[in-house]
Amino acid sequence: MTHQEALYSYCLRLGDNALIQSYRLSEWCSNAPLLEEDLALTNFALDMTGRAQALLTYAGQVDGSGRTDDELAYRRSERKFRNNLMLELPNGDFAFTIARLLLNATYEYYFFTELRKSADETLSAVAAKTLKEVKYHMTHATDWTLRLGDGTNESHRRMQAAIDALWMYTGEMFETDEADALLQDKNVAVDMAPVQASWKAYIENVLKEATLTMPADGYMQTGGRKGVHTEHLGHILSEMQYLQRAYPEATW
Amino acid sequence: MVRSTHTKEDIFRMLSVIPDPEIPVVSIYEMGMLRDVLIDEDGYNVVLTPTYSGCPAMGIIAQDIKMTLDANSVFPNKVSLVYHPAWTTDWMSDEAKQKMKNYGIAPPLHSSCNQDVFHHNIIECPRCHSENTVMLSRFGSTACKSMYQCNDCKEPFEYFKCH
Repeated sequence: MTHQEALYSYCLRLGDNALIQSYRLSEWCSNAPLLEEDLALTNFALDMTGRAQALLTYAGQVDGSGRTDDELAYRRSERKFRNNLMLELPNGDFAFTIARLLLNATYEYYFFTELRKSADETLSAVAAKTLKEVKYHMTHATDWTLRLGDGTNESHRRMQAAIDALWMYTGEMFETDEADALLQDKNVAVDMAPVQASWKAYIENVLKEATLTMPADGYMQTGGRKGVHTEHLGHILSEMQYLQRAYPEATW
Repeated sequence: MVRSTHTKEDIFRMLSVIPDPEIPVVSIYEMGMLRDVLIDEDGYNVVLTPTYSGCPAMGIIAQDIKMTLDANSVFPNKVSLVYHPAWTTDWMSDEAKQKMKNYGIAPPLHSSCNQDVFHHNIIECPRCHSENTVMLSRFGSTACKSMYQCNDCKEPFEYFKCH
């Protein structure tokens, strides 16, 4: 693997995480339990779309193919997507969406804090920008986790069920592969061990305060990095890519 | 080949009148989004930075810039986006903040955000100046604003979050 291939793979992974998460959050548009949540979740989705645009644009430049962000988003098949499996799972109930947002936004907060120090100027600039936005996502998800976890019996039950169901997808966030190792040698990629430690400490505290139980680490799902996805990604893409598949080269 | 000659100052002057599409009383220059104009043998490159990564107004702003440059025969021209340094409400001029307030949007209170992104100090009502206000929604019509209401004059208003 060359440096260029590793960097392309790294950017694609980060871009796809932002894109797929954004897609799921935007599905709450007009469906959230409160109007304020409709606004909040779609605002987050917008931040993530912007981040995906920046990262996929950079991925296209890095690999030298000249592909644009749109081409990468709309013309790749599911086996070419590199997002974490957790982000493509259907939204479930509001508790599930909040739990996923908490687990992922916390991860992103610590991840981008480190990526801001990257030797790659574009990645470090995107990280600095993202960090400002992800603080809102993390704070919002934390407040809701406390409210629902330490709420009624029903909200507590749903929140716990969501955390339990999502736990086996959290291992994938901290996986590293050849691309990570190569880029870490050049101070481009993030060292995941401290990110994982900070993530775990924060989540543990929030869950405790929310009277929720942190699940024990058991079997962890994996596959996103290799393009092996759940059945749900195909359904996302069939909708997201419809227009460009039906009318290639269509422009706004 | 540069087919026309304009200085950086000329270009800034032309572009500084372009309004922010979401808050038309302030210009993109006053908002701190217009970062630089690079002039070289390839032409004029206007450097723009987004307020928020996904701000949908960026496309319109870039288009407005191109149209203004075209109308003033500034050729060849292009607009490029930069993310570094990340935009901050610190770059908003005091004048812009005052205009925003007169328009009915409470301007960002203090400079750079701290960790505690939602727990602000007192936000003054831009209409009656009462400090007896309450947050209604953390997010509003655009990513950069929260929704508030004044307990005295009862008017709802938007607050431009510090960022």
